[in-house]
Amino acid sequence: MRAILPAPLCPKSGSSILTDILEAAPETAETTPERTVVSMRNVSKLFSNGTLALKDMSLDVRRGEFLSLLGPSGCGKSTALRIIAGLGAASTGVIDWPSSRINAKGLPEGDVGFVFQEPTLMPWASVFDNVYLPLRLNGMSKSGARPRIMEALASVGLSDFEKSYPRELSGGMKMRVSIARALVTKPRLLLMDEPFAALDEITRQKLNDDVLRLWRETGITVIFVTHSVFESAFLSNRIVVMRARPGQVCADLAIETTGERDANYRTSEEYRATTDRVSRALQEAIMLGAQGQ
Amino acid sequence: MTDAVQTANISEAGTDSAVAIAVARTGTAEKFLRIVIPFVMVALAIGLWQLHITVNEVPRYIMPAPGDVIAALYTDWGTLSPSLLVTLRITFLALAIALVGGVGLAIILVQSKWIELAIFPFAVILQVTPMIAIAPLLIIYMPDTQSALLTCAFVVAFFPILSNMVAGLKSVDHNLLNLFELYGASRWQTLLYLKLPASLPYFAAGLRIGGGLSLIAAVVAEFAAGSAGKGAGLAFRLLESGYRLNYPRLYAALILLMVTGVAIFAATSLIAWLLLHRWHESAMKREN
Repeated sequence: MRAILPAPLCPKSGSSILTDILEAAPETAETTPERTVVSMRNVSKLFSNGTLALKDMSLDVRRGEFLSLLGPSGCGKSTALRIIAGLGAASTGVIDWPSSRINAKGLPEGDVGFVFQEPTLMPWASVFDNVYLPLRLNGMSKSGARPRIMEALASVGLSDFEKSYPRELSGGMKMRVSIARALVTKPRLLLMDEPFAALDEITRQKLNDDVLRLWRETGITVIFVTHSVFESAFLSNRIVVMRARPGQVCADLAIETTGERDANYRTSEEYRATTDRVSRALQEAIMLGAQGQ
Repeated sequence: MTDAVQTANISEAGTDSAVAIAVARTGTAEKFLRIVIPFVMVALAIGLWQLHITVNEVPRYIMPAPGDVIAALYTDWGTLSPSLLVTLRITFLALAIALVGGVGLAIILVQSKWIELAIFPFAVILQVTPMIAIAPLLIIYMPDTQSALLTCAFVVAFFPILSNMVAGLKSVDHNLLNLFELYGASRWQTLLYLKLPASLPYFAAGLRIGGGLSLIAAVVAEFAAGSAGKGAGLAFRLLESGYRLNYPRLYAALILLMVTGVAIFAATSLIAWLLLHRWHESAMKREN
C-alpha cells in the first residue's frame, strides 16, 4: 500500500518552523514512502484491573503518513498511542524506532510531539510560555527560543496571542496552542489523541483544515486517534480500524484522493464513497468487538 | 464590566479566534463601593457603640466609649507599642518559619509515599494536640519564654500550610505530568515548572489560614505561658489591663490585635491575588 501525499494547498517557502521540520527529515514522504518511523510488534497491554486493552497489535507507521487510528470507545486506540509515546509500558511486545536516536528511556530523542484530547496547557503560563515549555526543558534560553516559538505560533495563526493566558482563549485556540507546543521541537512524529473531540463542528473543521495544511507543508508523520469516520476519512491517507475487547487491528485502509482535500472535497462523491467504505469497516469492527464480549 | 474585548486577527487565526474570551473588569463605581462600604459599616458599628454607652449610661469601668479607647491608644501608646512589636515579631517570625518549613516538608513528603507515611503522623499529632495544653511544657523545655511563644505560634501555623501544600503538590493535572515525562523533564524541572506553580492556589489558601492562626497562636500562647516585663506582648497587656480594670487600655490592645489580624488577612489576600489573578478561578471575577 502506498501513502499518497496530496499537493500542498498553501505552499510556503523561506525559513520557517515548517521548513525546519522538513530539513530535520531530509527524505520526504514522496521520496521514501515506505521508510518506517515506528513499529509496534505484537504489543499487548493488560491493565492491573484485568482489562486486556490491546492484544498482539502490530503496526508499521511509515514516514510522511497521516494515519488515523479509528475504532469504537474502549478499543485501545489511545492506549496504543500512549505506548508509542512512552507514556505507558506495553505488557508484552516491542516498540521499535528504526530511524531515531533512542534515549535512556527507550524513546526517540526529541522526535515525538503529543497533542492530548484536552489542550493540557499550564493555566498559570502565557501562550508563549506554554509553547516554550519543551524547549525550556531542553535547556534553551527564552531569547534563543523566541524565533522558534513565534514561528510555531504563526503556523497555527496565533501570533497575536503570545501574551494571552489560556483562560482568555476559546477551546479551538487552546488546541492550536497545544499543536504549536507539539510542533516547536520540530518532531518527526506527531501523535494526536482525539484532539478535536470536544470542539464544535465548525471549529473542528477549521482545525482539520489547519492540521492537514501543516501536514502537507511539513511532511511530518501523524498518528491521529479519532472515533469520527468523517474526520478520519477527510484527514488520513491511511486508516487503521480497531476492534474492542481485546483491542486489535481489524482493517488497514489506504485512502487515496484524486483532488485536493478542501471544502469541496467534503461534499464530493469521492468523500462520500470513502466514508461509506470506512463506516463499513468500522461496523465490522464493532460487530467483532460485540462477539468478543 | 467587559470593556476590553480582545480583538483577534480572524483571517490569520481562524473563526474560533473571534471568540477569544474577554477578561472581566471591575468598573470604577464598583471599585469605589468596595472600599467605601466596609468603612461605612465599621463607622456605623462605632456609632452604635457610642449610642449604647450614651443612652444606657454605661460606666467607663464596664465598657469604655469609643472616644475613651482612642484616647487610651494615644496616651498609652508608649506601653502598647512595644508589646505590639513583640506580638508582631512572634507572629511574623512564626509565619515565616511555618512557610519555609511547611512548603519544604511538603516537597519532601510528596517525593515518596514512604517518607509521607513516616513523617505525616507527627505533623497530625502536632496539629490535633491543643496548644493550650502543651504551652506550659514548652516553657519548661525551651531556653526562654520568647522561644516558647514562637514555637507555639509556629506549630499552629505550620500544619495548614503543610497540608495544603501536600494536597497542591499531589493535585497536578496528570496529562501535564505525562507531558513533562514525554519531554524528558527531570524531577527538579517537574517540581519547579509544574508542581510548584500548580500548587499555588493551595499555597495561597494555606497562607491565609496560617497567617491568621499565627497571630491567634501568638496571643493564646502568651495567655497560657505568661510573660511580663520588657518582652511582654499584647496578650499580657490585655490581662494586665483587665486585672487593673483599665478597660480603655484593654480595648485599645484588643483593637490593635484586630487591626493586626485584618492587616495580615489583607496582606495574605493581596499575595494570593498577585499569585493567582491572571489565571485561577478563585481570584477572578465571574463573568455572566
